Amino acid sequence: MNNVFYGKLIFELSREGRRGYSLPKNELASYSMTDMPNALLREQDPGLPEVDELTVVRHYTNMSNNNFGVDTGYYPLGSCTMKYNPKINEEIAVHRAFTGLHPLQDIDTVQGALEVYYKLQQSLATLAGMKEFTLNPYAGAHGELTGLMVMRSYHASRGDDKRTKVIVPDSAHGTNPASAAVCGLDVVVVKSRPDGTVDVDDLRPLLDDTIAGMMMTNPNTLGIFEHSIAEIAKLVHDCGGLMYYDGANLNPMLGKVRPGDIGFDIMHINLHKTFSTPHGGGGPGSGPVGVREGLEQFLPSPRVIRIDGDDDCYEYNIDFGKDSLGSISGFLGNFGVMMRAYTYILTLGRDQVKNVGPLATLNANYIKESLKDVYELPIEGVCKHEFVFDGLKDKSTGVTTLDVAKRLLDYGYHAPTIYFPLLFHEALMIEPTENESKETLDGFIDVMRKIAQEAKDDPEMVKSAPHTTPVRRLDDTKAALHPIVTYRELAAEQ
Amino acid sequence: MSKIIEGLYYSESHEYVKVEGDFGYVGITDYAQHALGNVVYVDMPEVDDEVTAEEEFGAVESVKAASDLISPVSGTVVEVNEALEDEPGLINKDAFENWIMKVQLSDKSELDNLMDAAAYKDFIKE
Amino acid sequence: MNHKFFPHTDEDIRSMLDKCGERSLDDLYKDVPSELVFKREYELPEAMSEVEIRRYFDELGTYNTQLTCFAGAGCYDHYAPAVVADIIRRSEFLTSYTPYQAEISQGTLQYIFEFQSMMTELTGMEVSNASMYDGATATAEAMMMAVANAKKRNKVLISDTVNPIVTRVVETYAKFHGVEVEHIAAKDGVTDRAEFERKIAQGDAAGVIVASPNFFGIVEDYTGWANLCHDNKALLIMNCVASTLGVLRSPAEWGADIAVGDGQSLGIPMNFGGPYVGFLCTSKKLIRKMPGRIVGATTDLDGKRTFVLTLQAREQHIRREKATSNICSNQSLMALYVTVYLSLMGKQGLREVNEMSYSGAHYLAEKLTETGHFHLTYPDKPFLNEFVINTDLDVQQIQEWTVDEDFQFGLRLDDHNILVCVTEMRSKAEIDALVESVKQYIEFINDQQD
Repeated sequence: MNNVFYGKLIFELSREGRRGYSLPKNELASYSMTDMPNALLREQDPGLPEVDELTVVRHYTNMSNNNFGVDTGYYPLGSCTMKYNPKINEEIAVHRAFTGLHPLQDIDTVQGALEVYYKLQQSLATLAGMKEFTLNPYAGAHGELTGLMVMRSYHASRGDDKRTKVIVPDSAHGTNPASAAVCGLDVVVVKSRPDGTVDVDDLRPLLDDTIAGMMMTNPNTLGIFEHSIAEIAKLVHDCGGLMYYDGANLNPMLGKVRPGDIGFDIMHINLHKTFSTPHGGGGPGSGPVGVREGLEQFLPSPRVIRIDGDDDCYEYNIDFGKDSLGSISGFLGNFGVMMRAYTYILTLGRDQVKNVGPLATLNANYIKESLKDVYELPIEGVCKHEFVFDGLKDKSTGVTTLDVAKRLLDYGYHAPTIYFPLLFHEALMIEPTENESKETLDGFIDVMRKIAQEAKDDPEMVKSAPHTTPVRRLDDTKAALHPIVTYRELAAEQ
Repeated sequence: MSKIIEGLYYSESHEYVKVEGDFGYVGITDYAQHALGNVVYVDMPEVDDEVTAEEEFGAVESVKAASDLISPVSGTVVEVNEALEDEPGLINKDAFENWIMKVQLSDKSELDNLMDAAAYKDFIKE
Repeated sequence: MNHKFFPHTDEDIRSMLDKCGERSLDDLYKDVPSELVFKREYELPEAMSEVEIRRYFDELGTYNTQLTCFAGAGCYDHYAPAVVADIIRRSEFLTSYTPYQAEISQGTLQYIFEFQSMMTELTGMEVSNASMYDGATATAEAMMMAVANAKKRNKVLISDTVNPIVTRVVETYAKFHGVEVEHIAAKDGVTDRAEFERKIAQGDAAGVIVASPNFFGIVEDYTGWANLCHDNKALLIMNCVASTLGVLRSPAEWGADIAVGDGQSLGIPMNFGGPYVGFLCTSKKLIRKMPGRIVGATTDLDGKRTFVLTLQAREQHIRREKATSNICSNQSLMALYVTVYLSLMGKQGLREVNEMSYSGAHYLAEKLTETGHFHLTYPDKPFLNEFVINTDLDVQQIQEWTVDEDFQFGLRLDDHNILVCVTEMRSKAEIDALVESVKQYIEFINDQQD
């Protein structure tokens, strides 16, 4: 990252008559669009920029220098599992034998692509202990929605239409209740104990024949393994509900515990977290949904199926089953993301994959133990992939979690997740992945200690951080008060 | 210390009603505007809308939070505070001066379910 | 651990465990009941080296066939300048997180602002979000947005000329969200206007979903539709093929309230169906009802013009079950594809793309008709780059025949109708070669019958 800010917009580089493309000559120009009725054509050309090629290249290259990425530096970002995005994944994702395929082209001509889809879903099934996955959902939230649709389809198939409520822990991420609402389910909140685990005594009275199921992460948002999970699953199952596993925190489980073995019926995985595909500044991700045996017929269409023939011969096909919940995507999901995730699984193989969870967990515990004398650790004991500090131990300086986060940017680190979960006022949530070396963690630990010292010595400096980033703190209120969201508005304003 | 005004009625969701004859001016309390921070948008009802006690009639939004507005009374909206459309921050300046809607009250006995200034003062202390 | 993804030496592990007061990696899981720990083997292959990975995918790739593409239906084979893929590969963009930390994310925020600006230019609408998953889900979100906006209505009308792939997704979301979807029939390849007028007059629809161009490639005339919708307090939602917005009357010019669609046709490879990018644009009045992220302009402490995620209070992480949508991401990197593509192409490039597609499509329609076995299914309706053609031949057989010569000759709609698409990627020689292949099939059939 560069600390010199590049702030131009492409529209400001536009000069009439410049061009950045080359197209062949129209050999068939006698067939002309001027034959279209005028009423169907635009009255005004769109105000798109006119720029030459080098200007475009420099513009976006300079812009990229304002950005921080995993390749730039370490992300201690809790709940986001910012793994290294292997380069071989990128190379395979743009393999020419795959990128030129039309999603509706003749099924015999896409057998290689369908095999990638099928084998990735099978790989996820063995890693998660599920029967089958759909890879169609585009993101984690989309996976949640799809999983809840499976839940409702299951109850509907049994004529059980009283089940309109889903239980969500109060510590859950906001996406859980939002997905439930989009899916037409009412949210019932179950309380957490002080360590963020589900309060089983609070759960019991909530369970009746109106409960469709329960959504949970495990480990929970505080990085604590839900030790009562078997009991919780039994209670929910006994009342006729299904257990949904939110895969946001799957990384510490990888290689160690399978959601399907601990009582979950439906789950989603974020390929952009646990399976190393890049976050891309917010997407594209992928949110495959897995189900236990007996629920696979409800998965969304299209489904990729394998038809076995004689002598180990098989072929793949596309299926629109009558029990399917319907379609939740135009085609078969973010195929390019699947290519990356499958490459990652093949690169690890069946033995090395078992080291992912333990090493991520080791890294998290190491940071926690190395900083708990200067940052407030509300929950003692072993954590999984992440943990939460409740701000600095010394609260007298007035330096907040936000200030610590912003000061980290000055030192070349991304900020941790802050002010989530809501259980603590000054939450600072840290998650390292298994890819980070001891030296990287030690460097981060040193800086965190240094900031704690700075908070005592020069609190004002910390409170006005960052100082060396391309830009300084931004005025959020101004942006929300008078939203300016296009160049046209911005130019009018200026 | 949040400001509390005598003579108004207060709800547990931090709305107030100032009653003048058959009409009630409804807004959010000073305590609520403090908790929200800089208000950037007020989603207001329309004139002639029917509102019902304990039901949603709009929302207030700050940069980092949004909160539903729950009507403390039932009735018909006769006026909304249009000044808030251009300058929602007025709520932060003076939440009691800058009411959100004026309602023709359909059931004044509902006011009995609300808190008076002293009770509300205790309530926000909790 | 001996793997390139794990930097830990035995010594590192030992000293780190010491710091944690644990003796082994297994001890870190002592809080997990032992009967819940997985102790068997995964059904996965052994680890592969890069050499083996490349070999593996090369081999898998041989089970695919690259066809010369004459198919569309929501995914189009368009030209993308070399610059696009190169910029996308920059790891500062590729490996970055959602731009919550605006101070170190201006790159992402700036290009999303540019994306929003470009999409509003194309659609003519006032505001755009930072992008959605794809065109189908964007349409479903628009449907939910219309229902939320209408407050007390839960019905939407959808034209039968909307791409059935989109309709399928809208119907799935509607079923679970509790929205009733009523169809407006198609007549001669366009939405039946009389039926629309009858159904909208009932006054119970929150929105009406139409397409431009429609599924059959026809550019429908929506004169007066927006007024009828607004008179009946419904929103007009228009699903568009993004690239055609360069020349066709824009959703804003038709008076639409929400413009949605897929941006794949703006520089994104077909890639077997994804990732693509959805767009959703609307009026300023409806900005707070719009799902997804939005980037807005502001200033930093030094007064520099900067960009930031804004109006976040509408979103799921704050509003939970009251949020406008459960969406908490966008297809950022795919929005970058579109942004760089449009920067390079500009309005002139986009016009040329459409002109060439128009020329190729009309030429192919004419050549097929000349064989005597084809005629346009909707002969009087204007189309741009996609059309339905009727044949007295067996569609399945003719498609198999042309696949053998590496052509994807459209998509089969039924036993006698094919949906065909031509973009600027198809040269005259390729079109002629397809027609030649079709003619050979006709000869083959004639020979058999003789």
